Amino acid sequence: MSRYDETRIGELLRRLPPAPDAWVRAAQELPLARLGLEDLVRRAEEDVEFRTRLVADLEAALREEGVEPDPELVEALRRRFQQ
Amino acid sequence: MSSEVTDAALVARCRAGDHVAWQELVERFSRYVYAISVQAFRLGHHDAEDVFQEVFARAYQQLHKLRDDDAIRPWLGQLTRRLCIDKLRAAAREAPVEDVDPPGADDTIAELDEAFAVREALDAAPEHCRDVLDRFFCRDESYATIGAELDLPAGTIASRISRCLAGLRKFLEGKKPAPSAV
Repeated sequence: MSRYDETRIGELLRRLPPAPDAWVRAAQELPLARLGLEDLVRRAEEDVEFRTRLVADLEAALREEGVEPDPELVEALRRRFQQ
Repeated sequence: MSSEVTDAALVARCRAGDHVAWQELVERFSRYVYAISVQAFRLGHHDAEDVFQEVFARAYQQLHKLRDDDAIRPWLGQLTRRLCIDKLRAAAREAPVEDVDPPGADDTIAELDEAFAVREALDAAPEHCRDVLDRFFCRDESYATIGAELDLPAGTIASRISRCLAGLRKFLEGKKPAPSAV
């Protein structure tokens, strides 16, 4: 008999439900917090107009915050605002 | 989470300062860390959230200390375990108990390790299988809810779950599932 039958697979899948979204997002934003960008993210979440302008030119927005807009950071922020 | 990138490659990218890789790493291990705190150590919501954030904060700070990049999961597991015990000890100082380690914690963690392996197999499955099995088993959605979300009859959802489980079983037995079978 197989180590895994369908019932057992189902039981094991049930063992790993998703963590709350807000917890995951907060942990994912640790590098942004380290760069002092959490205020920028919060403002973008609260203000649609600001978010639109920000996403349109993320590189310039980061430079204004005194942060070098390396491609990975820009991509991480883009993903964040798409969520 | 994606199984295309190995744990070691993901860790290396995180260490190099790749923010997207960090987001993927958190996504990949978030369920595991969460499950250890609430299932093995039975922490309440707030304590579990504290542990969850502390695990990833320490992991972010101490990633350079990891000797074997492939060992990220057991490393996170140990870190989670230690922080859960600290949390329980802190609570026990206020209301002393004999042993803060809940009975069966080790067995539960072993079960979660096995669950993680099955989860990785699920990540290698076709998208429609990942989605339907995750919704049904992990998110506890009913056939009707999944059917409404995917615009499919409940009966189709039931048969898809059955076929996808069979495909996953084959995969776990070392055989590649035939994509057309699901």
